[in-house]
Amino acid sequence: MLFQIHEPGETPLPHESDRPVAVGIDLGTTNSVVAISEDALTATVLADSDGHKLLPSVVYYGTDGSVVVGDQARYKILDVPDQVVSSIKRLMGRGGEDVKSLAGALPYTVEPSETSGMVHLKVAGRVLSPVEISADILRAIKARAETALDKKVERAVITVPAYFDDSARTATRDAARLAGIEVLRLVNEPTAAALAYGLDNSVEGLYAVYDLGGGTFDVSILRMEKGVFQVKATGGDAALGGDDIDHAVAEYFLDLHAKSCSTRALTAGEAKQTLAMARQAKECLSRQAEGQWRVEVGPETSMHKLNRATLEKLAAPFIARTVSICKGVIEDAGVDVGDIRGVVLVGGATRMPAVRKAVQDLFDKEPLSDINPDEVVAVGAALQAAALTQGSDTLLLDVTPLSLGIETVGGIVEKVIPRNQPIPVAMAQEFTTYQDGQTAMSIHVVQGEREMVDQCRSLARFVLQGIPPLVAGAARIRVTFAVDADGLLTVSAMETTTGAEQQVAVKPSYGLDEEEMAKMLRAALEHGREDMAQRVLAESVVEAKRSALAVQAALGVDGHLLSDQERQGIEDALARVEAAVQTTDRDAVIAAAENLEAATKGFAEKRMDHGIRKALAGLAVGDVERTFE
Amino acid sequence: MASLSTSENRSTPSLNPCWSCKGPVDKRALFCSVCGAVQGPNDTDHFTRLGLPMDYHVPPDHLDRQYFGFQRRMHPDRFAAKSPKEKALSQAQATALNDAYETLTDPVKRAVYLLNHVGHVIDLHGASTITDPVLLMEQLEMREVLAEAETPEQAAGLLSKAEHDAHQCQHDMAHAFQHGDYAEAARLVLRLKYLQKLVEDAKSRKSRLAKGS
Repeated sequence: MLFQIHEPGETPLPHESDRPVAVGIDLGTTNSVVAISEDALTATVLADSDGHKLLPSVVYYGTDGSVVVGDQARYKILDVPDQVVSSIKRLMGRGGEDVKSLAGALPYTVEPSETSGMVHLKVAGRVLSPVEISADILRAIKARAETALDKKVERAVITVPAYFDDSARTATRDAARLAGIEVLRLVNEPTAAALAYGLDNSVEGLYAVYDLGGGTFDVSILRMEKGVFQVKATGGDAALGGDDIDHAVAEYFLDLHAKSCSTRALTAGEAKQTLAMARQAKECLSRQAEGQWRVEVGPETSMHKLNRATLEKLAAPFIARTVSICKGVIEDAGVDVGDIRGVVLVGGATRMPAVRKAVQDLFDKEPLSDINPDEVVAVGAALQAAALTQGSDTLLLDVTPLSLGIETVGGIVEKVIPRNQPIPVAMAQEFTTYQDGQTAMSIHVVQGEREMVDQCRSLARFVLQGIPPLVAGAARIRVTFAVDADGLLTVSAMETTTGAEQQVAVKPSYGLDEEEMAKMLRAALEHGREDMAQRVLAESVVEAKRSALAVQAALGVDGHLLSDQERQGIEDALARVEAAVQTTDRDAVIAAAENLEAATKGFAEKRMDHGIRKALAGLAVGDVERTFE
Repeated sequence: MASLSTSENRSTPSLNPCWSCKGPVDKRALFCSVCGAVQGPNDTDHFTRLGLPMDYHVPPDHLDRQYFGFQRRMHPDRFAAKSPKEKALSQAQATALNDAYETLTDPVKRAVYLLNHVGHVIDLHGASTITDPVLLMEQLEMREVLAEAETPEQAAGLLSKAEHDAHQCQHDMAHAFQHGDYAEAARLVLRLKYLQKLVEDAKSRKSRLAKGS
């Protein structure tokens, strides 16, 4: 039997080389990118067979049930705009009221959903949630990576905008689950970009990351040094990006068009086509000073000129908004602009000369864009994926982007976790009843900076039952918020006078509940059941092996406490585990692990007795870490 | 130097059974010395958790180094490929480290924490009115200067005075803690809180005035 014993703190995995590789995925509003790192020091962006590194986040749904993602789907906008979905990231964890209209027309047909608050779209006769559409993009990304690497890809680090709220993060994780990808970590996009820049230690000190993507804006201020990436403050707008400039340009063209042609409301398809044309015009004007574009509404077409100066006037309010957010984040970080040593540009929209100039003026230095702003986030994600699977000394310390709180009497928000707290974090707040004999309490969880509930984002509602009936104000309900390293929130509540903890079923305001998710998983995964069974088996095997390793280690140190017969009993139990983990029989693995536990019970007691005697004799039991120099 | 004593007695370590190999492990240990499994956070104080002496004076560089050192070993990123139990324990450890770091990096929170630890409980949220006449006068005067500042330079002048006073206040606080003068420390912590608020307000006033000019 060969068990390897690892030093504490390493990231060992049995048979690591056999495991499928882990990639980094930037699931963008406009484009998605996938990259891989072999050594956690350098990363390669994976291209398709034509050498294209960016996969447009555009999905075409055929009436025959076919799904096409990428450039081919984008071309279809011209012929069958109703069957094409783009910029779906903006609707992740969002409700129908969040869909932005163009000249009064929605670029999607929105279908109200009965089961969840998240918006559903009607596309080519199918009703799809943003989670399912994003899963289709992720499947295409996964397929691209598998083709490029000629290996199975099942695990990934996926990036999300730092300013994504809990619903949008959960939606992203659910989309990955649907696509058959295990999310190792959700990493904030600006933090991933910083990792790509800072890993070789060439940048040290305070840096800002300005990330203006297709649909989201983030700015983070980080301290980088010797492999530590400590986010000091982050801020942004999850609905501000290049798309908004496209909208402004499209509105501008449609206004001109209306002057020469008869006006009527746009169809969803025309809205999409006009937006696509506006985007082309915007991108074009980053390279040239002016151009002419054609607007088509039904049979009526018109040609319109646009120059860079006019584009910049249209974009100015959006750029001004990013500058104002940057100033707030600098203040939150408690630093002066002069302390910031550099600013990194991320996102396709930072190619606009007007954006670069605004950033340069604000930070008073030439911004860095040595790494392609479209690829830098995926590169950082790939580096982190390698670090998580192979072990690394790099440390990413991120923060909560938005305050988390609870609705109290009068619709006022009581903050439980403020923004810019390092994660993981757990904080609790005590609440009480406001009526005599009250036995239940409705808890409404919100995210945002405003004082009033209706100005914050609703995350979830649940009812805490079983509060002992007392006079108003006597019960003590302790609500604990915990945010994990993925930035995902868990809420638990406890009545502290009785100590009764409530199992609470949280109904997400803009999410998919477990039932809906399970249904989609069954429908989506061709081999869903086997995949799930395999994962469950793998977990049991890992757990059984861990137990066996622990017993082996204990035998090595304290084996002398055992008689030969006792030792043989444990050796037999170990052999049974070793045999079971070679099979695919999950029940046998679990039974063998339980048998090992029972067989080592006496040994454990002897070891504890021995340890206590040793301690009483003044001998140290193990080492305790104290200082780091 | 009258330093504060920690709640645990370091000469006779108490033992817990390791959840993984079931053998004895020091309650303060992060990992089991036999099987290497990560352990849950113990209920120690914030200073001990970060390997620091229980003292108000904490050099920021040293605090950061200790925090990064512990997080490097305990952060969930180190346990991404481990079992759910180990992930949960690492998250609990990292959460406790963040809590300790957040408390100790803030000079006001650090003072309040130390005072609470020695049984001198103060509630800063409840202290919205100033009862100390000297502090009241000082704050009123400085607030008046700030309100009357018309140029960025005037605001900057007040800012640097407030920053200097806040720095001096921390120095005095360290002295008070060293001599076990908790009443003085409690007085200073309130002053420091107002000075910090003043620094913040002076900064935003300065940038507002600079923008207007």
